[in-house]
Amino acid sequence: MQAKTDCVLEVNNLHVSFFTDRGKLRVVQNVAFNICAGETVALVGESGCGKSVTALAIMGLIEEPGIITGGQIRLKGQELVGLPLAKYQQIRGHRIGMIFQEPMTSLNPVFKIGTQIGEVLVHHSKMTEREARPEVLRLLKKVGISSPHRRIDQYPHELSGGMKQRVMIAIALACQPDILIADEPTTALDVTIQAQILRLLKQLQDDMGMAILLITHNLGVVAHFANRVVVMYAGEIAEHTDVRTLFHKPQHPYTQALLKALPIPGHERLVPIQGTVPMPLEYPSGCRFCTRCPAVMKCCPQKSPSLQKIEPCHYVACWLYQMKNAP
Amino acid sequence: MWAYIFRNLLQRCVLLVIVSILAHSIVHLAPGEPSEVDPSNPRMQPEDIAKIRAAFHLDEPLYRQYAYWMRDLFSGELKSFKDSQPVLPKIWERFLNSLPLFICATLIVWTLSFPTGIKAAIQRGSTYDRGTTFIAYTLISIPGFFLSYIMILWVVNMFGVPVIGMRTFGMEEAHPIFQGMDRIWHLVVPSLMSALGGIAILSRYVRSQMLEVIGQDYVRTARAKGLDEDTVIYHHALRNALLPFITLFGFLLPGLIGGSVIFEYIFAWPGLGRLGYDAILSRDFPVILTINFIAAALTLAGTFLSDILYAVADPRIRLE
Amino acid sequence: MEEQILMDEKNNLPAKLVLSETPFGEFWRIFQKDKLALLGLVTLFLLIIAALASKALTEWTVVFDPATVRLVDKFLPPLSYASELLPVEDIPRFGIYLLGTDELGRDVFARMLQGSFVSLSIGFVAVGISTFIGILLGGLAGFYGNVRFLFISVDTLIMRFTDVMLCFPTFFLILTVVALLPPSIYNIMIIIGITSWMGTTRFVRAEFLALREQDFVVAAKALGLPAWRIIFLHMVPNAIAPVLVSAIIGVASAILTESALSFLGFGVQPPYATWGNILADGKNFIFDAPWLFFIPGVAILVIVLAFNLVGEGMREALNPKLRRR
Repeated sequence: MQAKTDCVLEVNNLHVSFFTDRGKLRVVQNVAFNICAGETVALVGESGCGKSVTALAIMGLIEEPGIITGGQIRLKGQELVGLPLAKYQQIRGHRIGMIFQEPMTSLNPVFKIGTQIGEVLVHHSKMTEREARPEVLRLLKKVGISSPHRRIDQYPHELSGGMKQRVMIAIALACQPDILIADEPTTALDVTIQAQILRLLKQLQDDMGMAILLITHNLGVVAHFANRVVVMYAGEIAEHTDVRTLFHKPQHPYTQALLKALPIPGHERLVPIQGTVPMPLEYPSGCRFCTRCPAVMKCCPQKSPSLQKIEPCHYVACWLYQMKNAP
Repeated sequence: MWAYIFRNLLQRCVLLVIVSILAHSIVHLAPGEPSEVDPSNPRMQPEDIAKIRAAFHLDEPLYRQYAYWMRDLFSGELKSFKDSQPVLPKIWERFLNSLPLFICATLIVWTLSFPTGIKAAIQRGSTYDRGTTFIAYTLISIPGFFLSYIMILWVVNMFGVPVIGMRTFGMEEAHPIFQGMDRIWHLVVPSLMSALGGIAILSRYVRSQMLEVIGQDYVRTARAKGLDEDTVIYHHALRNALLPFITLFGFLLPGLIGGSVIFEYIFAWPGLGRLGYDAILSRDFPVILTINFIAAALTLAGTFLSDILYAVADPRIRLE
Repeated sequence: MEEQILMDEKNNLPAKLVLSETPFGEFWRIFQKDKLALLGLVTLFLLIIAALASKALTEWTVVFDPATVRLVDKFLPPLSYASELLPVEDIPRFGIYLLGTDELGRDVFARMLQGSFVSLSIGFVAVGISTFIGILLGGLAGFYGNVRFLFISVDTLIMRFTDVMLCFPTFFLILTVVALLPPSIYNIMIIIGITSWMGTTRFVRAEFLALREQDFVVAAKALGLPAWRIIFLHMVPNAIAPVLVSAIIGVASAILTESALSFLGFGVQPPYATWGNILADGKNFIFDAPWLFFIPGVAILVIVLAFNLVGEGMREALNPKLRRR
């Protein structure tokens, strides 16, 4: 992956492991991608594939017993891995915003939402609470919350799930960050609300020109909102390309299987992927998908394939393509 | 809101009545009577016993006795079996004696438990956490009177701290300041001993509450906002962790009577617990029943107060 | 942990060895991480064996004799030898007083042995009673909660009753009843038992209320299983965790209560020895014969501490929030 200087976020060789009493879990292995201003990169994969951990690693929020064991994360050129806590705290909420999967529990129940949004402004922009209030009202309007003057003094339990997520977005965007990380922002919401929230995110991105890292397991969401897609499986990247290519010419067997598993009206049978996702303790050495891969070869369980560029802006980690390109 | 308060109050009054009936039945159904207390007293003739029984309505059916008790209690006329003195003034006087001990012990418990528990939660697994955990368990497990006697032996020999009673004999002549200092000096060891068990239990509970809150999603959101760790812990987390302790506060008042029996006995403190103990020894039913009744009333009052306080503190509770 | 890959010859696909763990295995793994809890468990085993053995050793075949009065040998410190003036049948086993003698010349070690069985049995019986009442009332309230009995629902009835019992100052109530009743070890067990069931009731009711809505219970009902089967075979095993923890800590609390009662003079009466009344007797001789006070006190401390540590260790290990690891 070439380092581009106009990239907002650049992740290189990221390794995250959890040291538990049952052993060392290599939850994220050798993950690399970048995101430029104004674009949306989707991080896709099944539950447990390490996408949330990647997001938390970027925020520096990995807690014991997890630790970043290698790699670099650069935010507009500034290295984040190993950054002292005080500096990281200046960056969080200010230059990186994050929204989480469960809006129901992500807001502090005993503080008013106006206070919770204003807190970010007070902390990072050195405003007083009084000064921040008009800005909070503006933010509430911007994220599409009706009657902001009433809502600003309400408590989280008085809001619906969709509204809570809008408040989370307001909090994340209050200081106009360079990048927004959205960890499954709509998974816990109703389908109609999902569409609204995603549309809101797109609109805000067009307004503010920020980058978005969208984490999801929903390929429909990816199709509508992402520019580029990174497909992860069992902690590693399987395929990385732009969204059109992914849906029209997927190369990795896992991506192909995922797309085949999507229900299509008119087709009667669902085609699942045989087997189950392995637990981190059981990750095979070699390619992690080899136990379920329909195209598995003898070399697959022995060594893990690295990410190879097969076309401009299309990277695959699979021995099928390594063989072709092997000298 | 007022409808809720009224309903709550009404329910508690009903509970109080049931408790008093239950207490009355338990005490009267047990064998053993005031007249049996002093069988060796040569002056207790059968006629005297009969007179006492008649005076205290002991021959009448149970529900009548209950009615007498209630009537006498609320009219202030209730008299002790032991010396026929009115019960309420006695209880009041002893209650005032117990009060400083109780306030002191409660203050010690609550001011020491929170910092200890919070620090243990923040530094989970550290030497501090493990050390305080072990000390807490030991304090919970040691019989209170055992520790008190050891403390008495050690403290009296080393520091000359008084451990008997509320004041030094003969201090009445001294200047009020010295009297005051003497009283405070007498308070130190008993209240400390009473407090130790409470500190152990409460600090463990504080720790577990803090741990639970720290693991919540909104704490992660607060960190994602880039707030410094102190703000995250002491502003966001603590505010939520403290809520259950409001309900605990309500159970403080009845502790005044239950726990104090042992410590007032050891330190010869003339308080409510001692009065109860003496009353039990002498089968003084009115005193026993009244103390039980007051304890129950205090429990209900305390939990009522904490219900209201909790509703005020937690914005999620809206009283209908 | 090494991962192993086996080639499945038939399908030409590599098969996997899956790491599996039984629920008990998981519980034990987390439990034994807490070294203090392990220590407590070991101590408990030793004490329980000692207590059972002591019943045999002091009553059935008198190896250690707790009752013999030897005024010649009173107030001997621990590890003293028996006096030569004693008649042969009064000489303690091995001729030595392991823990000294008390004011009547009785062998403290033998009394402590006898007391261990009595103290532990008071604890276990009392907790047995309170757990039984707790599960019964809590289960009824949780499972049949909405059933109306005259004008009031079962749940409300049981919960209000629990509230009533919680209003009483527990220790004072126990003291009152024990003092008024004829002194007997069974009375003490029963009284402690019927005043400490409230916590268990709340736990069981809360668990049952949650479990009742779970799919496996609904499925069992849909299959037509009788209510008692659903309750005892399906729901109780799932609700048992907090009850177990509460029970273990309850034994510790019962032993402490009994010692407090003995201290005030209302405990188990002679000739039964419990650690509580040995301690209460000993407080009179704290200057002349401090071992009479310290030995039972430390013993109570150790056993109560062991129960508490094991109970807390179990609570950590059974906590579902920790199961994710």
